Amino acid sequence: MRSPEIRVAFTLNAKPVEVHVEPIRRLADVLREDLHLTGTKVGCNAGDCGACTVLLDGRQVCACLVPIAQVEGRSVTTVEGLAKDGRLNDLQRAFHAHGAAQCGICTPGMLMAAADLLARNAQPSEAEVLDALGGVLCRCTGYRKIVEAVLAVARPATTVDPAAGEAVGARLPKTDGIAKVTGAERFGADTWPADCLVLRAVRSPHHHARFTIGDLAPLHAKYPGLVRVLTAKDIPGQNRYGIYPTGKDQPALADGYVRHRGEAVAALVGDAATIAAIRDEDVPITWEVLPTISGIDAALAPGAPALHAEHPDNVLISGRVARGDTACALAQSAAVAEGTFETSFVEHAYIEPEAGYARRVGDRIEIVACTQTPYMDRDEIALILGLKPEQVRIIPTAVGGGFGGKLDLSLQPLIATAAWLLDRPVRCVYTRPESMASTTKRHPARITARAGCDGEGRLTAVEFHGDYNTGAYASWGPTVANRVPVHAMGPYEVPAVRCTTRAIYTNDPPAGAFRGFGVPQAAIAHEALMDALAAKVGLDPLEFRWKNALHKGSVTATGQHLEASVGLRACLDALRSRWKALREAAEAFNRTSANRKRGVGIACMWYGIGNTSMSNPSTMRIGLSRDGRVTLYSGAVDIGQGSNTIMVQIAADALGVPASAIALVAGDTDLTADAGKTSASRQTFVSGNAARLAGEDLRRQILRLGNVGPGARIELEPGRLTLSDGDVRRVIELDALPVVSNQDVLVGTGSFDPPTTALDEDGQGIPYATYAFAAQIAEVEVDLELGTTKVRRIVAAHDVGRAINPTQVEGQIHGGIAQGLGLALMEEYVPGRTENLHDYLIPTIGDVPEIECILIEDTEPLGPFGAKGIGEPALIATAPAILGAIHHATGVRLTRVPATPDRVRAAILAAQNS
Amino acid sequence: MGSYLRPTRLSEAVAALAGRPHVIVAGGTDFYPARVGRPLDEDILDITAIDELRRISDEGSHWRIPALVTWSELVAADLPPLFDGLKRAAREVGGIQIQNAGTICGNLCNASPAADGIPNLLTLEAEVELASASGSRRLPVAGFVQGNRRTARKPDELVAAIRVPKPARPARGTFLKLGARTYLVISIVMVAGVIETGPDGRIAAARFAVGACAPTARRLPALEQALIGEKPSPALGGLVRPEHLAPLSPIDDVRGTAAYRRDATLTLLRRAIQELAA
Repeated sequence: MRSPEIRVAFTLNAKPVEVHVEPIRRLADVLREDLHLTGTKVGCNAGDCGACTVLLDGRQVCACLVPIAQVEGRSVTTVEGLAKDGRLNDLQRAFHAHGAAQCGICTPGMLMAAADLLARNAQPSEAEVLDALGGVLCRCTGYRKIVEAVLAVARPATTVDPAAGEAVGARLPKTDGIAKVTGAERFGADTWPADCLVLRAVRSPHHHARFTIGDLAPLHAKYPGLVRVLTAKDIPGQNRYGIYPTGKDQPALADGYVRHRGEAVAALVGDAATIAAIRDEDVPITWEVLPTISGIDAALAPGAPALHAEHPDNVLISGRVARGDTACALAQSAAVAEGTFETSFVEHAYIEPEAGYARRVGDRIEIVACTQTPYMDRDEIALILGLKPEQVRIIPTAVGGGFGGKLDLSLQPLIATAAWLLDRPVRCVYTRPESMASTTKRHPARITARAGCDGEGRLTAVEFHGDYNTGAYASWGPTVANRVPVHAMGPYEVPAVRCTTRAIYTNDPPAGAFRGFGVPQAAIAHEALMDALAAKVGLDPLEFRWKNALHKGSVTATGQHLEASVGLRACLDALRSRWKALREAAEAFNRTSANRKRGVGIACMWYGIGNTSMSNPSTMRIGLSRDGRVTLYSGAVDIGQGSNTIMVQIAADALGVPASAIALVAGDTDLTADAGKTSASRQTFVSGNAARLAGEDLRRQILRLGNVGPGARIELEPGRLTLSDGDVRRVIELDALPVVSNQDVLVGTGSFDPPTTALDEDGQGIPYATYAFAAQIAEVEVDLELGTTKVRRIVAAHDVGRAINPTQVEGQIHGGIAQGLGLALMEEYVPGRTENLHDYLIPTIGDVPEIECILIEDTEPLGPFGAKGIGEPALIATAPAILGAIHHATGVRLTRVPATPDRVRAAILAAQNS
Repeated sequence: MGSYLRPTRLSEAVAALAGRPHVIVAGGTDFYPARVGRPLDEDILDITAIDELRRISDEGSHWRIPALVTWSELVAADLPPLFDGLKRAAREVGGIQIQNAGTICGNLCNASPAADGIPNLLTLEAEVELASASGSRRLPVAGFVQGNRRTARKPDELVAAIRVPKPARPARGTFLKLGARTYLVISIVMVAGVIETGPDGRIAAARFAVGACAPTARRLPALEQALIGEKPSPALGGLVRPEHLAPLSPIDDVRGTAAYRRDATLTLLRRAIQELAA
């Protein structure tokens, strides 16, 4: 029973409105579902994330916490009310110009919080901005560009519009940026057909259990609006999916047995009100709870039950890189350092929970949902529905953050099955606890590592073993197991290496892809050992790293000769003066401070761009239409990192037209070619190359038509092209040409697959075509009595090959650093305990310090205009730099992250007592 | 089942409660988070249209903070240094969105062990005004909060206001919150303190309370006793002893270990005393 509807009249964006709704409904819900103002986003429905911030009588509130009844007679302003007569206001313009929106899901909330502040205080201080925006979480930007934008509102922002040939390297605002600041962008939950049914999964409250589903007739009788209850037997095709062809071990709906809490066991489909009214307890499920295998030790214990029959020892996969004789090298080393390090489950915490809808169109199924990997989704859904891949169309919505978490299927199999069977569109929006309980996490790792060096500080050997808790299903566990051994010695020349890994099944949440695929965990270990060795041989930590850094001509542990774009020493050179100044300043501060100590740490990283020793091609197409418009058909999904802009910049310069002349069609598997996954920091390097080749291909075709030389200038006009080459000027009438595809008369195509080789049993070979390098400095202040750590500053030097768009590169660095800071200091997902954004902590606007970015451009000859990747590299050095800084400040080395206040304080007390 | 009342008078509200129990909603900042993904089908009494519950007043012998006063309104209110601790807590409850909607009385009624308001209300020796159709009664906050999310409110009662008595002597309050991030953080430990200074310049009364270290926030009488008669000086922080924490019973949870909570409480108490005695 629900309360009857009431009439609520209020002012919405300066216009009177009236709704007839149940009084208890959330304002956010009424704005979105009834008034179709989907600019107000829902990230948690619990007041934890602030994405739904609106102004109520001019003051910021969470629209998810306001009963609509309380809005009677009041005034509500949403993001849609900011622009006037189609013109962005100053705040929106500043956000757009400063790159303050990445994925854009928190942007409406940030804008409204800032609007509240600016209405009272036109020229706020930075501290006032932080306080005012402190209630909105952002997972992409690291907040710094948001702060910059709000502080810059008073000064009019100018945006660049580069001419032909000048797009690469320009600070072009996002090509999809306007929609992100107006609220017009459509994310997974923002679009649905009018006659849509709603689906909600019923999930296991147990970590490990058998279950049976009883007679559903009484449930149907009680709820006439319940159209169907899907169970495992309803899956039309194969009820197993997974990333790797041989490792498909995850059911779309569990078949009588669940391996982790939050696993879907049934799906309720019906009208929205009915689905909201049914409680999980109403569904007749009988559970037989089994002992939980939680954590690596339990899974490896003698006699532990096998969670998957094909893996009797619960070891999903092992990885290995070996070169030289490490035992001998360590025995002969002047200094040896060793340690054991542990990390926790980390939640992606994108502010957009998974959402979308599916509909059946004849003998095809269409899925409109947020995803990082449309083509992989297409192929997996085809298997699950028993269809041919061509019968599946994936239309990605805007993605409100991914970070690897939207590389796995989530709701797609359920909505696709329901829409297929019922022949009605079916929609699903995950709740925050559901998203957190059911989707993948960063692998917790337990790493034991040992490193040695000679008397001059030259590394002699590294031994590394990492056990990674891969949770209930394989997901991307094999990727982690294979990628980590390649990177586990750090970006250094090490003659003898033995790095091994295992991915281990447990009843914990499936661990999958998360920004760095296990490498951030490994970096915590190798960088701690570098600090320890430097101290043992009396070298400065920066100089020790410089001495051992990979450089042009180095041979890696996999035997790969690095021939170009190895900018690590350049990064360290760029940091040296800041390093010395910050170390000295910290030591000076510490001489006069007893209970608060400052410290400065440094860490290096490297990261192979693209898949490990596996083909991962991208194809791009670019068309010229009869009316003289250029369209880039890009299958690369922009999850906020900016590929929609990068691809246009690259294609524009390759073709020789201004970026503003190129329209973009992105993601749709019917309209674009496969550009692979948005993962492994590969889009700029791999898809960017495809975009470059496509642009060059179209350019060649155009120049050939005009019979002009390679340096000719192309001018686009409606219906025609003008080509100028010295004194030669040719006009090409486009309507005379036949249409090749879509509206296009000419289509350029480009494909690129990074050249790699398979790795042998010792991991020898060429796993990646190129690597990103970086070094970061962290400055912290530790309260010795409370164990709290405040990061005061990060200085980040990144070799990106070429910064296609420096604003976006900085944005990636800021965002990666924020996530690295979270990994280091606060983020720890505990299954069943931290399934919300107040028990699971991510950094707020007040936690991310000033960040100095130094971009090193050591050109990668294989890259588009010399570019490599930055998405994952941005994060990896941060946590070890912070841990090094805590060590410098306190003398204690934290070997378990997050370094929460209780752990830091316990380590300080233990050191004092020993 | 599923009714929604939004009366404009307190008398109507308590009349409704006399009929049958309702879930009472004001700012909604605890109500909705407890119902994510669940049906909203309870009987609701929304008290936000009751204007008589809206404004802080000086009643001569005490201040009255009625049920609808939000954290933001408290921060903006003209109140003496006695309230500095409660105001500091108000600025650290959630983000400004929460401060603009959530109420001090709601924080008290929700009775979370980690409620930021309650240790302050204990040090203010606040009383709770409970209204019902059969009259009203007053309870000290310590008697009102009975356990983890348990209070002495009867189903037919409504918390109409909190009363804060005026101290006889000049008084100052403070509040120190410890969390693992800057904003939007649930306290690992928090300490509230009030010191009243006598005409001789010595501490005439001291009240300290600790939150998130027991099912309910607890006063520390032994510490308070140790401070009385002392001359204010930052060195008084040195009086804090582990045995002063006898009323506490902290637990290990995702925010910290019990041992850490005890240790950090000692530090926060020392710092609170140093600040109040400076």
